[in-house]
This record gives sequence, structure tokens and C-alpha cells, in this order.
Amino acid sequence: MEKMNDYLFKIEKVELLSVIMEKKNALWRLVQICCAMVNDQYEITYSFANGYEFENFRLIVDKDEEVPSISRVYNAAIFYENEMHELFGLNVSEIKTNLKDRLYRIDAQTPFKKEANE
Amino acid sequence: MAKIEKSPWLLHYDGSSCNGCDIEVLACTTPVYDVERFGVINTGNPMHADIFLVTGGINSQNAEVVKQIYNQMPNPKVVLAVGTCACTGGIFKECYNILGGVDTVIPVDIYVPGCAARPESIIDGVVQAVALYKEKQKTWKKEEKTEKGA
Amino acid sequence: MGKRSVVPFGPQHPVLPEPIHLDLVLEDEKVLAAVPSIGYVHRGLESLVTKKDFQEMAYVAERICGICSFGHGMGYCMTIEDIMNVEVPRRADYLRTIWMEMSRLHSHLLWLGLLADGFGFESLFMQSWRIREGILDMFEESTGGRVIFSVNQIGGVKKDMSKEMLANFQKRFDEMEKEVRKLTRVFLDDYTVKSRLEGIGILTGEDAIRRGAAGPMARAAGIAVDMRKTGYAAYDDIDFEVITSDKYDSYGRCEVRIGEIFQSFDIIRQCIRKIPDTEINVAVKGNPPEGESIVRIEQPRGEAFYMSRTNGTKFLDRMRVRTPTFANLPALTQTLQGCQYADVPLLILTIDPCISCTER
Repeated sequence: MEKMNDYLFKIEKVELLSVIMEKKNALWRLVQICCAMVNDQYEITYSFANGYEFENFRLIVDKDEEVPSISRVYNAAIFYENEMHELFGLNVSEIKTNLKDRLYRIDAQTPFKKEANE
Repeated sequence: MAKIEKSPWLLHYDGSSCNGCDIEVLACTTPVYDVERFGVINTGNPMHADIFLVTGGINSQNAEVVKQIYNQMPNPKVVLAVGTCACTGGIFKECYNILGGVDTVIPVDIYVPGCAARPESIIDGVVQAVALYKEKQKTWKKEEKTEKGA
Repeated sequence: MGKRSVVPFGPQHPVLPEPIHLDLVLEDEKVLAAVPSIGYVHRGLESLVTKKDFQEMAYVAERICGICSFGHGMGYCMTIEDIMNVEVPRRADYLRTIWMEMSRLHSHLLWLGLLADGFGFESLFMQSWRIREGILDMFEESTGGRVIFSVNQIGGVKKDMSKEMLANFQKRFDEMEKEVRKLTRVFLDDYTVKSRLEGIGILTGEDAIRRGAAGPMARAAGIAVDMRKTGYAAYDDIDFEVITSDKYDSYGRCEVRIGEIFQSFDIIRQCIRKIPDTEINVAVKGNPPEGESIVRIEQPRGEAFYMSRTNGTKFLDRMRVRTPTFANLPALTQTLQGCQYADVPLLILTIDPCISCTER
């Protein structure tokens, strides 16, 4: 099995949309978007696949930073981005269909959001 | 002629279960286990149902649904909680979105433990529910009569 | 122009074994748009990583879903094994493959039954489930559980299958294959069944990629992607072809899944023939070191994605599971557009929805 570092690429926020467009134009499909909270920062992983090729792009943003939505490029991202906002409290700007925390409709507020000292 | 009895109808609702108990409940209605031979029939409409079979725990969103289905069912009714999650919340009890077992929102008559509950124990639970239903029917009729008489 | 109305569908509905809610925008009988809203099964089990240690999480992972339970346990264990650099014994790989294919068999038979129920063919439903019970019996004999097995552990599997047991299973699988063949003829050739499936819910290959569809949904749109070809567990030793269909409709999805049933029988046969005689697990000591790993495996419903991130303690930082139904939801909304209202339950069934997977 190949090691994860072989197909994990770090990107900056300004690059995000151009990377996504490149993948879109090459007909890659969006596998998933994952958010994790590490040391008071959000770590967002975008995974793409084309056939059996597989690539991940990692973006690290600060707690209050906004991340541009990719849902206008990849429609399927709507669910992932709404999920990240609802569970982690990540600010995603201009989601195509913003469900406004009504995807899972949970009582707890952003249950996965961790404070650094925890 | 022997007295003809009513066959209780059964309604299944999946709370926030992992599906394991659901497919076992469904398996109970299919040829190998066939719970319908004990005089129940599976229905999809709460207004037809007498026995309410719930699998899985209760979360903030389906609490209202479970309550609503319970209220839509005619009296008398029996509630059957199938699986550990439906009894207590089970492995998911500590999750932020789980309130607990079914008894956190509606009164439960019979608890069927197991993760996933085995078809044999589900059948056992249903058979007990049928007996309890008949019991409830008698007392409920009496109550209704005394209410009318009063 | 017809009259527009919004009809709520679910969460409690006779054809749905699981709760999902859709708001259907109708123009007369035609569906213009479908807006799914989920959350009835959301438990938030990914948050349990802070309360259960990495060994216990294997049990939690199995309970993401009771149908694909084995695969979830296996996917999670593979991520931790990758982080800890544990080499799983070959026999464990083979056993995992056999159980995984048995899971696929029981899941696809379950789906065929539900599909038959969806178009009102009750006896076909009962027959599919009767055959499925045979697999559950074998699960019970080999693992002790019918739907949730807990045989996966980090470093291998907990139970072995003896030579006699495998030979016995092989005989029963052969019998079952004959029965399934009879059954599937009804699904593929029956005039009434065909009329309910053909041309309904078109999803082209282009749409499937754009919407990120996975598994049989994508393969029925002609995209030959099957994660088993990436060669995890024992799949690198197994000879099989990815099954696709060029029909793009519900019939195509049915065809692909039926093809996969026979493929699974074949994979199990190869596994039983080739299974090596080694240990079935290795002892794993200590906590996983800091690291992360991504594993993708092919579940009955499609590609599932697992990510674990460890921090050197016995608790994980993050466990992420992206289940196939979550990936197929956008594709579902696409296929529902323009269909007849009466076809909605059937179309929901054709993606083989697993809501408790989706919401975790």
C-alpha cells in the first residue's frame, strides 16, 4: 500500500480555487472533503480521484478565517461544506446551497470544535 | 365456535440505529423466522398500528417523530424497544447527539436487548407484546366503561 | 403549466426501512427538484474518539452501519495498521476478503429484496431474503454474529475458519449460486420488472463524475472504478474484472449488482482455493505513534473513505469516514429530477441508500 505522503499536497488558500479548477477540467471527481481541528487551526483535506489515481490537497486555516466554497465548481461539495460548517464551525463563504446548519439539525453547537487548551 | 381475536398490527420505526437491528426486524418478517405466524402483521401506517417497535436510540431530531407516531396510534398500544441502543442508548450513549433510549420520550413496555438483537429475541419480544396487548385491551375496555358510566 | 406543489416524503414511510426526508417540488406528477434533509440518524459517532481508545474504536466503527459492518471495521483497522506499520498476516487478509465478499453478497441480496418490495413484487422480496439467510447462517458459524461480527482487530482477525468449515461453505455457496441464478433471471428478464426499471432514473457517466457518484451507481454509468482493484487485503491475488453497465438507468444498476453477486461467489471460491496457512493476527503493542493514514475500500454500496489521525496517545485526534451513500446523495437528487412522483421510492432504493452510514 502506498504511503499517504506520496499523494498529499499542501496548498495555500489563494491556490485553492485554481487547483480545484484544474482538477475539474481534467475530469477528476471529488471524493471527499474532511475537516479536522489541529492545534487551534482547521485542517481541511480535499480528496480527488480519477480512475485509480488519487490526490489529496491540504489547506490549513486559522480559526476565524473564511474558506472559499468550491460548491460552484463541484456541486457535490455542498454536503461536505455544510457538514464542516455545522460540525466544526468552519466559515465557508458562498456555498451554493447554504443549508444554514440545517443538514443534521443537531442541538449541540459545533460539537467538533475544540479549544486549544483542551 | 372459538372466540375470534383481533390480530395486533405492528409498526416499525428506525430511530438512530445502526441498521443492524432494522435488518434483523425485517428478517423476522421473512420466511425463515416469519413473526407473522404469531398473529401480527407489519404495517406502515401509525393509525393502523397497535404495537410500536422502535430500534435505535433517540436523537434530538427524531424525538419529535417518535412522539408523533406514538400519539397517532390508537389506544391501547404497546411499545417495544428492540436492541441495546433502543433500551439505553448503547454504544452511542456518550455521543453528543444521542438523548438515550426510547424511554426518554415515550413509555416503553418491553425491552429486547442485544447488539444486534437476535431474531429469536425479537420474536420473543413480539410474542410478549401480543400478550400484553390483549391484557391492555381488557383493562382498557373496563376503563372506558367506567368512564362512560361515571 | 401545471400546478406546483411541495410534497414532503418521509422520514417514516412504508418503503423506507430507514428514515430520510425529501422535499419534492412537483409540477403535477413530475418531480422538478428534490431536496434531501438528513439528520434523523445522526449520532455523531466520530466524536467518540475522545472517549474510546483506538482499540475500542474498532467496535464503534463496526456500528456505523449494520449492513456494511464488516467493511467499516476493516477499513478503520487498516488505517491504524498503516500508522503503526503492522504487517497483517496473509491468512488474515484472506479471511477478511472472504468475509467482505460475504457481506457484499448479503447486502446485494438484501437490496434485491428491497427493490422487489419497492415495485410491489412481494414473493421476490421473500425469496431474496430467504437465500440471504443462508449467508447469515454461515456468518454465525464462522464469527458468532449474524449482522455485527466484531472479528476485526488491529493486527488481523480474531477467528479462524477451519479447512472443513471452508469446504462446507464452498458446497453451500455452490448451491446458493444456483438458486440466485434462478432468482436473478426474474430481475433481468421479467417483462413487468423491466418495465419498472428501464429508462428510469438516468445518470450518465459525465453526471456521475460531476456529482461524485461511487460504487454500483458509478459503474452502472459506465465508469469502471472499483477500489478492490487497488489491491488491499487479498484482492491483489484475486483475478476479477470490474463490472460495468452502459444502460445508465435503474435496470443498469440492478444488472451491475447482480453481476457483482456472481463475482463475489467467484472471489470467495478463489480465496478458499488459495488461502495460505499462517497466523491470523499479530500482537500490537503500545499506542499508535503520531501520524495519519487514508484508506479507501470498496463497500457493497461503493467506495468508502477512512482517515485516522493519531497523536501518540491511546486516543485518536480524528476519525473520518466518508461513506458511499453520502457520495451518492448528489447523484440521487440528479436522478430524481424529472421523474414521476410514483417512481420516487424506487429511485431512492436504486442508490441502495444506507442512511445510518451517511449520517454516522
